[in-house]
Amino acid sequence: MDGRVPVRDGLFVDGDRPQLLGSRCRSCAAHHFPRHDACPYCASDEVEPAPLSERGRLWAWTAVTAAPPGYRGEVPYGFGVVELPEGLRVVTRLAEADPTRLHQGQAMELAIVPLHIDDEGRQVVTYAFGAAADGTDMVGQ
Amino acid sequence: MSAVDIAGVGIHPFGRHPGVSITEMGVAAVRGALAEAGVGRGGFQAAFCGTAYGGVASGHKVLGALGMTGMPIVDVEAGCASGGAALMLAAAAIRAGQHDTVLVFGIEKMPKGIIRSSFFDPWQEEAGLAATPSYFALRAQRLMAGSGVTKDHLAAVVVKNRRHGVHNPDAMFRTEVEATAVLASRLVCEPLHLWMLCTPNEGAAAVVLRAAGGHGPRLDAAVLRSHLPGAVLSESTPLAGLVDDAIDSPSTRAADAAYEEAGIGPGDLDVVECQDTDAARELLSYEELRLCPPGGSAAMIDEGATSLGGRLPVNPSGGLLSKGEPLGASALGQVVELLRQVRGEAGGRQVAGARTGLAHTVGRGANAGVVIVSR
Repeated sequence: MDGRVPVRDGLFVDGDRPQLLGSRCRSCAAHHFPRHDACPYCASDEVEPAPLSERGRLWAWTAVTAAPPGYRGEVPYGFGVVELPEGLRVVTRLAEADPTRLHQGQAMELAIVPLHIDDEGRQVVTYAFGAAADGTDMVGQ
Repeated sequence: MSAVDIAGVGIHPFGRHPGVSITEMGVAAVRGALAEAGVGRGGFQAAFCGTAYGGVASGHKVLGALGMTGMPIVDVEAGCASGGAALMLAAAAIRAGQHDTVLVFGIEKMPKGIIRSSFFDPWQEEAGLAATPSYFALRAQRLMAGSGVTKDHLAAVVVKNRRHGVHNPDAMFRTEVEATAVLASRLVCEPLHLWMLCTPNEGAAAVVLRAAGGHGPRLDAAVLRSHLPGAVLSESTPLAGLVDDAIDSPSTRAADAAYEEAGIGPGDLDVVECQDTDAARELLSYEELRLCPPGGSAAMIDEGATSLGGRLPVNPSGGLLSKGEPLGASALGQVVELLRQVRGEAGGRQVAGARTGLAHTVGRGANAGVVIVSR
């Protein structure tokens, strides 16, 4: 994808089937995001790369109404925490900037979204979660 | 553990002080504390200075301006708990017999608006993940979901602290506000409105500690604890955490250790100064410091328990919501308030008969500091 760059390498896979790049501890089985070299929960070095689910449910959300320091994209934008089936809560930008259109436990899915055009004319993108296209809430997770 | 005497305190008012340098504010606070303690040049054997944004050798510059150098001078950074960390190190040095008298001070001069923090990587800023109030907002939403706290409770915290702050000459905001005006102030991040957030500002505070002599106010505990991993909305500000709500916060861990160190429990407290960076943070602190049962913070506000005249007044100084938050100075500003309270010198904001007080700060890192003083 020429002219399109991730905000940071190693966080996610861009393209038609986006994915967050996490890791998993072989000792205590906890998952991490972003990838860790050592497990923050048990300090084991036995950590392996692990792709994370692209779907989860909404656990907390708000909207940022004024541009924070160092941010060059549009406001307002959504911001929240999504729970993934791996037992992980991920802090994430949300594709929905109106908090009243979101609800607790809502089904969410990963999307790669534009941030701003960098000094070399490239589109900078990052990971975000938006309301799942099929609209079904996940149950029993 | 043996107590340490608090020989004197000093403060430079918290607020906006154009044309006054961070060093000058530090000089004013240190002078005040040394005068109260009756300590002059050569009268203390070490100095610890809390500051997060002061830069290289900030504490040294203050003591250099006073002509009081030669002893070890160490700057201490632990986010919002920097002053508490400095106090812990000073108390430990006295208890260990290393020093007899130690000067502790905190100084800060911060710009307006959302704090730009070196804590965040540049990519996090670019991705919009460095909006500090948005993390507070998510924490507030979770508190509201779990504890029956409403936006009216958040407004009530602001009304209470601003009402207390009217009586504090060292506070930045000294006017009362109405709940309707709090809720009508600009929405920063749902559910938090502008007046529910404290203002980063400028100020300094100082404390002189001395080996216990058996009279006067005592420092019974000064504890710092960092976070355990896994709590996604912890002040450690991780990018992910575990689906686990049973992880003790650094504030709870510091409070439990401080209660043990002081040999008291939360029921023995007469007055509390706690971290009210935002209105929800104060309510969460009630629970984390075990001032109420889990889920009991809304009732504390409803009953007026934490107002002046209530069962356990919290933030009689007006809190950070009235004083503003000069990071390195805020924890020691709380200690100055507790000293005034236990000495009965707090004027219109005096908690009647206050003998034992607790001060609490927590900030990015995440470090939490809990200090207990008594007379």
